[in-house]
Amino acid sequence: MSELKAIIEALIFASPEPVTLKALQKLLDTEPPEDVKAAVEALKQDYDRPGGLQVVEVAGGFEIVTRPELHEWVRRLFHERTTQKLSVAALETLAVVAYRQPVTGPEITEIRGVNTAGVLSTLVERRMIKVVGRKQVVGRPFLYGTTREFLERFGLNDLSDLPKVEDASELLGFDLPDTISTPTPQTALPFDGSDGGESVH
Amino acid sequence: MDEPRQLDFESILEDYPVRLQIFEGPLDLLLHLIKKHEVDIYDIPIALVTQQYLDYLDLMQELDLEVAGEFLVMAATLIHIKSRTLLPRPDPTQEDPEEDPREALVRRLLEHQKFKAAAELLHEREIQRGAQWGRPDGRVADIVGEAPEPEIEVDLFSLMAAFRQVLERARQRPQVPLPPEQISIETRIAQLLARLSETEACGFEQLFEDVETRGGMIVTFLALLEMIRMRKVRVFQQGNFGPIRVYRRAPMSESANA
Repeated sequence: MSELKAIIEALIFASPEPVTLKALQKLLDTEPPEDVKAAVEALKQDYDRPGGLQVVEVAGGFEIVTRPELHEWVRRLFHERTTQKLSVAALETLAVVAYRQPVTGPEITEIRGVNTAGVLSTLVERRMIKVVGRKQVVGRPFLYGTTREFLERFGLNDLSDLPKVEDASELLGFDLPDTISTPTPQTALPFDGSDGGESVH
Repeated sequence: MDEPRQLDFESILEDYPVRLQIFEGPLDLLLHLIKKHEVDIYDIPIALVTQQYLDYLDLMQELDLEVAGEFLVMAATLIHIKSRTLLPRPDPTQEDPEEDPREALVRRLLEHQKFKAAAELLHEREIQRGAQWGRPDGRVADIVGEAPEPEIEVDLFSLMAAFRQVLERARQRPQVPLPPEQISIETRIAQLLARLSETEACGFEQLFEDVETRGGMIVTFLALLEMIRMRKVRVFQQGNFGPIRVYRRAPMSESANA
């Protein structure tokens, strides 16, 4: 068990991106999957001890990172991050996509009150969002959704991990209607599915 | 209205340099006006807000700022709402059977505000996440030692300009009759990637060092474009007209994406 735990620790450490439990089980296919899972849990507990590192769950996988409290120290090692900041417009547009996905460009424009085509293509370029299908309405506009890179950038494990907007009520001057926490289900066409057979609305 | 109009206008003027940039769209401007006057969002004094809004648009025009179409659409909406609120109701004692003309606007404002809050929360998560460091990866520019080159990702036009220079220089070289180079883009990509895996990065011009003919250069350039499209490489430029460098991207696994 402790050997397995050590292997898993090494794998998570050495991986350039979060490692999923599935990936670990596949890499360690000589071990029973339950054992791998138990070892991961044990490893996570080990890291609860005070120390410089922690195990976090991001984008559905595990990652070993430094503790945020130590940021100022670690930062000294580096000149700067290459990660570019997102503009306020980009962040707000990204928020609409994250909470409303799948969502079309015109729908986002309606919510934001400004044309968002430019921001959307920037977000696609930065790989924060991607086209996930087309909406079955006139013009068949693209439907956008967030990417795995989005989850990684914001340290989210999955979409249910998105911050609850209700938490922000006191941040604003007034209460908020309860509309954005429940995404409206929409019929998304598979992106490269067949074109035929659609009914006309 | 309690305040004389002129005063409002001036108070807008005072804080315009910062403010004009903040208001990305009409909804942002409206929210600002509502907050500034501390009015109830569910009971917006539409005449006051409309007036202020129009003042603001005037100011933008006076300053020769381009007023985006959506600002004008909102102005029309506000005026329309205002005119509807001014009309006498059929029976003022009865509950208004009609929807409050402001309601749709209020809903949009609230929703917009909510997403602004969501963006704020996301940004907090981003900062928190940014304070967690993994092993040195693509997120860090350079370990302390020498300053990193300030580089910007290059656009297609700069690439084409650089390519034209390469062709120009090649034209000035003494011509040696050579058999035509016949190389496919695929082969060229493989060659370039092999070279980049040795050096990690190389100058744009170096890509063309081992080709002699115009055809070979064009194939090389097309191969580069294809590699960018395939996300095999990233191309950066120092400053606006500085040297262009090509970096190999770390191979990404798409498996986790499914």
